[in-house]
Amino acid sequence: MNPMRMRPLNDVAPSAVSRRVFLQSAAAAGAGFSLAIFFGDAVAQMSAPGRTQGAAAPGGFAPNAFLKIGVDSSVTVVVKHLEMGQGTYTGLPTLVADELDAAWSQVRVEGAPADNQRYNNLFWGPAQGTGGSTAMANSFDQYRQAGAAARAMLMGAAAQAWSVPAASIQIKNGVVFHGSGRNAAKQPVPGNVKVKDAADFVYIGKHVPRTDSKAKANGTATFTQDVKLPGLLTAVVAHPPRFGQKVKRFDSASVQGLPGVRYVVEVPNGVAVVATNFWSAKKARDALKVEWDETTGVKVSSAEIMTEFKRLATTPGTSAKNEGDAGRAIEGAARKFEAAFEFPFLAHAAMEPMNCVVRLDAERCEVWNGQQFQTADQAAVAKVVGLKPEQVTINMLFAGGSFGRRANPASDFVIEAAAIAHALATVGQRGVPVKLVWTREDDMKAGYYRPAYYHTLKAGLDADSNVVGWQHRIVGQSIVSGTPFEAMMVKDGIDATSVEGAVNLPYAIPNLSVDLHSPKVGVPVLWWRSVGSTHTAYSTETFVDELAVAAGKDPVAFRKALLAKHPRHLAALELAADKAGWDKPLAAGKPDEKRGRGVAVHESFNTMVAQVAEVTVDRNGKFKVDRVVCAVHCGIAVNPDVVRAQMEGGIGFGLSAALYSAITLSDGRIEQSNFHDYPVLRINEMPAIEVHIVPSTDKPSGVGEPGVPVIAPAVANALAAATGKRIRTLPLGTV
Amino acid sequence: MPTFFVNQARVDIAASVPSDTPLLWILRDNLNLTGTKYGCGIAQCGACTVHIDGKPARSCVVPLSAIKTGVEVTTIEGLRTGVGKAVQTAWEKLDVPQCGYCQSGQVMSATALLAQKKNPTDADIDAAMAGNVCRCATYVRIRAAIKEAAGALVKAEGGGARELHQADCDAVAPGRLVSGDNSRAVLA
Repeated sequence: MNPMRMRPLNDVAPSAVSRRVFLQSAAAAGAGFSLAIFFGDAVAQMSAPGRTQGAAAPGGFAPNAFLKIGVDSSVTVVVKHLEMGQGTYTGLPTLVADELDAAWSQVRVEGAPADNQRYNNLFWGPAQGTGGSTAMANSFDQYRQAGAAARAMLMGAAAQAWSVPAASIQIKNGVVFHGSGRNAAKQPVPGNVKVKDAADFVYIGKHVPRTDSKAKANGTATFTQDVKLPGLLTAVVAHPPRFGQKVKRFDSASVQGLPGVRYVVEVPNGVAVVATNFWSAKKARDALKVEWDETTGVKVSSAEIMTEFKRLATTPGTSAKNEGDAGRAIEGAARKFEAAFEFPFLAHAAMEPMNCVVRLDAERCEVWNGQQFQTADQAAVAKVVGLKPEQVTINMLFAGGSFGRRANPASDFVIEAAAIAHALATVGQRGVPVKLVWTREDDMKAGYYRPAYYHTLKAGLDADSNVVGWQHRIVGQSIVSGTPFEAMMVKDGIDATSVEGAVNLPYAIPNLSVDLHSPKVGVPVLWWRSVGSTHTAYSTETFVDELAVAAGKDPVAFRKALLAKHPRHLAALELAADKAGWDKPLAAGKPDEKRGRGVAVHESFNTMVAQVAEVTVDRNGKFKVDRVVCAVHCGIAVNPDVVRAQMEGGIGFGLSAALYSAITLSDGRIEQSNFHDYPVLRINEMPAIEVHIVPSTDKPSGVGEPGVPVIAPAVANALAAATGKRIRTLPLGTV
Repeated sequence: MPTFFVNQARVDIAASVPSDTPLLWILRDNLNLTGTKYGCGIAQCGACTVHIDGKPARSCVVPLSAIKTGVEVTTIEGLRTGVGKAVQTAWEKLDVPQCGYCQSGQVMSATALLAQKKNPTDADIDAAMAGNVCRCATYVRIRAAIKEAAGALVKAEGGGARELHQADCDAVAPGRLVSGDNSRAVLA
């Protein structure tokens, strides 16, 4: 409702008729008052949440850091988490809108500015960041409180203005029934406000459309790649061919005079060419003569790395878990099993290659990007440019995918952009904005991969086919070692991210051990969507499947018998099996085809996912994943359609790695460069997918990652069911 | 100096623009049409898909020198046909996008498909869309949205709605002179 119309309406309310009557009539007529009217001009008291893009109309009511109500009745939710596809710009506003009883059409979204006090991840302490599938889980109470508090203030203001009991005020679908006033902002900010009972939810658990679909379907959504600023220059960097290799010398003259080229500057990890546009910068970068110091840099090959991992696996590692005596139990078992697994390095390969825009002024630095670790990047940029963190503003834009790549404790490409801006300042170009653009090749070769791993598993079955012992050894680089996360995530020599999914194996096995070797390799590594579970789910879920088959048991029934103490796993597994028709035979294929069905269940980030995959294998061993039935237990599904989308996408993302993807090194050089030699899943290989959500009243857990790790073992188990062959080296290739 | 049309606006390219400049970067850096995305630079991902005389093309591998005088380039910003609108409506209805970076290209490829085939089969969809990578793997919804749009178009046709052609849309804008330096791009 337009406030310009609303104010006169109030002003001309006939004095002979009590306001209450008037308002009741208005309410009865279905009119009511928009939320906007309750703050009038009380703008000064706003705790404005800093500089953000697409700010609401001037004036308005901002009861807290997460919410602004504009004079145009827009409800702007300030989202502290990066939107990289996982739905934060829909999910968190849903919480506010529900508690506030706003109309969904009123809702707008802004990315929060970097701030480790107001916008920190509540699970991480004083750091703003998005990762570990925590966005919804850590915000669920906070954003509901924000909405509920604003609602209470509006109701209090209305009650006061109209001298009616607050209990008689109603807010529904963005309209306040009863009362008016101009002093909501003067209301005391309530403390712990009662939030709704689940039965009163109007949006949570229902269908709410994504707030970003339209802009993303018509090309108007702004990514870092799209930032335009007056005088903007573009930088493309010549990176060393090997990790850690240093520049020996470079010849600026080799590109001087090329069209558009402005500057050539050395940065910590190479030499940047700065030009007026991308194509000029890229061509000049390609032409630039750089000599690299051959005495520096990592010179390993993938084969050597795996050979060393295998050697290490013959010796005990650091114990990560030790219950009972697994070694002795397996020794004395009626039947013994062992298997070894190899996992390659993986690139995130987000659709938007890494990039960052920086403008450095004398007392201020402004950054435009879409990053998962906002305040860590802020501090890193401040250090590079010689300012304080609070002098660095971060404009959070959409990220064109990330999958963990834009959550780098080393802030690699962000500080590269800052270093270029800093270098420009030293040549008299302070205040000139620069956009660092990595080409796809730069992106693929830049490291920070999912580490390569080698696993060995041993188990024993007794005479009755009970699992009596389980030994799991993992060899692979630590992700958090040497980063600020080390203090928090490495305990007793164990990097939690290396063993997650293995140490919390849910199956009731009396003797169980997990140990870990974390060799230093020199290849930069990083979390990759679902982190440790990307490999532990595969080794554990294919190995347990192998034991089930050896025991002569149905793979679902075998798992269920071992999951009695894990009702959430059980619920997901049973739902997936039921919806997949597990108890019915799988339809046969053509005469020269083999078909198979496999199951896997795994917990990551407190969410349990079970998947049943159906595959068809042709006579040459080539196979296709036909159908996947997925069940997810994530507590309250705040937005069920987003949950489904994340499961669908997670399955597709996991399938890329299962079927094709691998980064390999030869003499330290990365052998892949683009999508032709680092294949990823395309539409013709995408299976039909059904997603089912376990009904729950538990608090929500994350859904961005947990769909990923389950698909590879489900497919491998289906292939084993079809052919009898167990594939233990990824990617799967042919059977 | 090649002259062509982008979203019906005449574009005159200055001689100073290198002839190997890909159309993608002319669009993004010179014309500020940033809806068309850079993803791979070698026609492997489809994020840069535009229409050239109505046919889908990967603008990252179309050098200026290969653009014939008078051709009509349509980008996501200029997608105003009935088919294009139906595709975008279906994309919104089914909430196809996740990160969204590839979706301009997906929409352009899907629109080109439906302009050719009113009722595409799954195999048609695979053939037309396999060149467009989505790392978020929104493929299930892309397929469903194409079918949704196809259905909506058939329904609209049955109801007597007229296919909206580009010529029906915005009046032709004045030409633009594209110089080699985007900081000094000039609108003629």
